[in-house]
Amino acid sequence: MSELKVTAIKEGTVIDHIPAGKGLKVIQILRLDKLNGGALLLAANVHSRKLGRKDIVKIEGKFLSEEEVNKIALIAPSATVNIVRDYKVAEKFPVEIPEEISGILKCANPNCVSNHEYTTPKFYVISKEPLKVRCHYCERTMEEEEILANL
Amino acid sequence: MGWKNRDVISIRDFSREDIEFVLKTAERLEHELKEKKHLEYAKGRILATLFFEPSTRTRLSFESAMHRLGGSVIGFAEASTSSVKKGESLRDTVKTVEQYSDVIVIRHPKEGAARLAAEVADIPVINAGDGSNQHPTQTLLDLYTIKRAFGKIDGLKIGLLGDLKYGRTVHSLSEALTHYDVELYLISPELLRMPKHIVEELREKGVKVYETNDLESIIGELDVLYATRIQKERFPDEQEYLKVKGSYVVDCTLLEKAKETLKVMHPLPRIDEIHPEVDKTEHAIYFKQVFSGVPVRMALLGLTLGVIE
Repeated sequence: MSELKVTAIKEGTVIDHIPAGKGLKVIQILRLDKLNGGALLLAANVHSRKLGRKDIVKIEGKFLSEEEVNKIALIAPSATVNIVRDYKVAEKFPVEIPEEISGILKCANPNCVSNHEYTTPKFYVISKEPLKVRCHYCERTMEEEEILANL
Repeated sequence: MGWKNRDVISIRDFSREDIEFVLKTAERLEHELKEKKHLEYAKGRILATLFFEPSTRTRLSFESAMHRLGGSVIGFAEASTSSVKKGESLRDTVKTVEQYSDVIVIRHPKEGAARLAAEVADIPVINAGDGSNQHPTQTLLDLYTIKRAFGKIDGLKIGLLGDLKYGRTVHSLSEALTHYDVELYLISPELLRMPKHIVEELREKGVKVYETNDLESIIGELDVLYATRIQKERFPDEQEYLKVKGSYVVDCTLLEKAKETLKVMHPLPRIDEIHPEVDKTEHAIYFKQVFSGVPVRMALLGLTLGVIE
């Protein structure tokens, strides 16, 4: 099993089935590089039966919140999240692109009011594949490339 | 959805039923107004018009609508005379004005500003244009004008002419027309074609869409020709503007090829898209369109205030 290539963690989160090459981006988006205390492990380009190649990120001592999971869903919709307690997988769930994305994505339209006033940016997912969202405020749509650049 | 306290922000928020209800109410008010000249539905109510961007037609038409309903109006016509100049946030301006009024009409250069204002305010907010995004009351008065001219919207062949790339009114209108069984002819220079995602959305919703740059060859097909101004301010380079400026001129020679019943519309102001000689013909309904602004806005003010049901 590919997981065995990286040390098992006692408590924390394992994000599996990240599309190969997106692992670093996951770390960046979740700001895991600023994590205090626990270890952070990245396995890049490992063999996967499902995806051919994949990345895995293991975060010691941190359980992901739903909001954080949503952030991952936008760049790695195939990912699964494992919550590990005492070396065992206590919970396992696939990430899901939500119907609404709130607070984690900035609108790419420089003239959107959400970039000028105090608001929580909000988007409606109008297509999951290919990924396309519409801004709640300016109604402009954003596609994958713009979305990734504004996370 | 009930109308009292409802915000009017985007044509996307309207079902066909909603649209029809507004048009019916506007028609009723137009008749009442003809009989009585002055109505009192909104007596004692105050409309605040917040125009962060100048506009003659829309602002005056809203003010006229409120006066004709028997209400009164406060507000400002440009941001430089308001506290915005002192750096006040939109949020605070709206929260403040809400204390003085019963309904707010807002025009703002930032897209999404009306949506934000509606979230902040407890009283109804009506969008009178947010940047290049939406202008729902223009769309409703356009539909009202078409309905008044033909008695229906279903079954018509409607041509949208001119700047289909940047034109906010044609985007909103075509979106609203997806609720109806119409054929849409998109007529524009290559440079100013309707954005692809809008054309796709129209087709997905079952509208028959034809794109062309040749007005002359299809004018004989149309029931409605909706002309728009090619907006100079949208072009970063004047050379580019000059290339497309005056691409289309609707004049009496061209209209000889049209059906006798063809109606020509324009959101105004016009530059040279429609020759003044057309004004006197039966085809011209663009000044009726301006007139429609008042009953439609009376309907929206009355319904959202809850004084008309």
